[in-house]
Amino acid sequence: MSNRIVIEAGAKSKHYWRDIWNYRGLFYFLAWRDVLVRYKQAAIGIGWSVIKPLLTIVAMSFLGSLFGSVIPGEIPRVLFVATATLPWTFFATAFSESSNSLISNSNLLSKVYFPRIIVPASTIIVSLIDFFISFGILIVIMVFYRFVPGWRICLMPLFLVLALITAMGTGILISALNVKYRDFRYIVGFIVQFGLYASPVAFSSQQVYEHYPNLKFIYSLNPMVGVIDGFNWCMLGRDVTIYLPGFICSFAISVLLLVVGIWYFRKSEHTFADVI
Amino acid sequence: MEPIIKVENLGKKYILQHQAREKYVALRDVITDKAKSLVAAKAEQPAREEFWALKDVSFDIKQGERIGIIGRNGAGKSTMLKIFSRITEPTEGRVTIDGRVSSLLEVGTGFHPELTGRENVFLNGAILGMGKREIEAKFDEIVAFAEVEKFLDTPVKRYSSGMYVRLAFAVAAHLEPDILIVDEVLAVGDAAFQKKCLGKMEDVSKHGRTVIFVSHNMAAVSALCDKAIVLEKGRLKDIGNTEKVINEYLHAGKKSTGGNRDDSTPSAGSKLKIRSTRVMNYDMSPVSELNNDRKGFIEIEFEILQAGRGYDVSVLLNHFQYGPIFTSCVKDVDTGASDERVWEKGTYKYLIELPMNILRGGDYSIIAGSAIPKVEVLDEFKFETTFFIFDSISPVARTTEGRSGAILPVIEWKRI
Repeated sequence: MSNRIVIEAGAKSKHYWRDIWNYRGLFYFLAWRDVLVRYKQAAIGIGWSVIKPLLTIVAMSFLGSLFGSVIPGEIPRVLFVATATLPWTFFATAFSESSNSLISNSNLLSKVYFPRIIVPASTIIVSLIDFFISFGILIVIMVFYRFVPGWRICLMPLFLVLALITAMGTGILISALNVKYRDFRYIVGFIVQFGLYASPVAFSSQQVYEHYPNLKFIYSLNPMVGVIDGFNWCMLGRDVTIYLPGFICSFAISVLLLVVGIWYFRKSEHTFADVI
Repeated sequence: MEPIIKVENLGKKYILQHQAREKYVALRDVITDKAKSLVAAKAEQPAREEFWALKDVSFDIKQGERIGIIGRNGAGKSTMLKIFSRITEPTEGRVTIDGRVSSLLEVGTGFHPELTGRENVFLNGAILGMGKREIEAKFDEIVAFAEVEKFLDTPVKRYSSGMYVRLAFAVAAHLEPDILIVDEVLAVGDAAFQKKCLGKMEDVSKHGRTVIFVSHNMAAVSALCDKAIVLEKGRLKDIGNTEKVINEYLHAGKKSTGGNRDDSTPSAGSKLKIRSTRVMNYDMSPVSELNNDRKGFIEIEFEILQAGRGYDVSVLLNHFQYGPIFTSCVKDVDTGASDERVWEKGTYKYLIELPMNILRGGDYSIIAGSAIPKVEVLDEFKFETTFFIFDSISPVARTTEGRSGAILPVIEWKRI
């Protein structure tokens, strides 16, 4: 019969990806639920997706100028910081939401079957919507400075995908680890807080490379360096240069994180209901 | 005919970690354990105990059968359903299922309190495996079944618990799986709605679908199912025709002790110690199941360690679903036990007859205690003795009629 299911110990579903595809409706509904719930009973509603990055931009611009970070070329500092803040905020929210998603949906995991990976993956949609809303800030800032981005802005989606891969990979990995070791919820908070200063948001990575040429490679191990540099490069044009080996390294780490995340998730998902 | 569900040597093992206070492992423990094992080649094992929730269970279910799964708490019923629903994986053995499975292990899984009734219908439908179009097509039917038309756009957190349950069940009831797995969800909701749910489940099975139903409620099982499975301590005890299986299940209760004993040495200065409580049937054998067409008793044994005045011993009968039913005290009827009486040192045994004709079916527990009323508590028996009453005589026995109330007395209605 076509829909025969065999349940046994260690049986890996032969149709893992097809199974996920069949449950795409649930993916959509979970994302939809998160979006709806997010703005119910919130007075400012959608405003929150603007306020949070806006405050980060203000704070980071202030911090950058206070410590005299060098902004490449003629680019206004606020614009530079804003371009870096958007992908960072996207990563930070997507990563922390998806890391906690399995725990916060534990009632679903212990009562219904569905491909578990849908849960951490669907939470990222909310952050993606937030990203598009907050993109408005960037447009306003560009208009204010009468800044016209070049053709390279067409490549922006590619870097957004890279940010998505990074957030998804780390989110999936940590969400699975979080089920078994609750320590990771503290680690998540730490990564999000620390990462803002470790990534080139308030300053440019070029300055880091110039100051610490020996650390060039190590700094590129942070996958968000590649993402943020990419954003700056495609939005702000010729004044921004990308350190290519570093970028490739960041890119490779993002992909590696996704592969490792999915691998670990698949390895441990059959015990989720027992340990959560 | 090929079985629709084939279960072969199914087993599920859990590891119990005794000293672990929290359910999840902390990274800290893993690291320290690893460190320990570096130091000592074989570090002392933490108090780990294997527990087989299910072991060597094999049976077949054919298409269109309605199977009831019965057994006491901890017999492995829920574990089995979780394996069937693919929520958890078996440790050994295999289940082969031919068809689409929907499981209802809980009413309203995934309902979100902030969302409206309408939104929750879609969300819950998707969680239970329905497509968007399927939900849209059945939306009106679902809402009508749940009787919540007026509140569709109200967040469900403002619903009464009855409305909430009705809406949740309505979504589930409109699933069209080949196999429907139901776990005790009928324990909720008012009587009329329970009846409606059972009716709906009968409908489902009439359309050639297979129903697997787990319940403590023997009456519901015998009304709904044509075949029953008894699980005991994770093993398949019996399978067959519902009536026969239920009767044997209740009969088998005789063999188990149906009681608890505490032989520990009492602490210094204690005046009274309750030694045991047991449930006894009509022929005075200790049981854990009673049938309400025969007599049933509680036997209590206590020891007076210091002679004294005013002692009282009580037994509280508690229904799992309805709560406390009554408390009976030795002073109530034993005139020799009045306040002036001096209790001499020694062991006392009493037999208390249960008012079987008014007790409803279900799980009960008895809790024994003793005190000098208004002065001091003497001893609380630390064990709860649990037992089950099978209802075969009350007006609602073996029907699917739900009836509210903690007891089921048959009272004369005199026309005047």
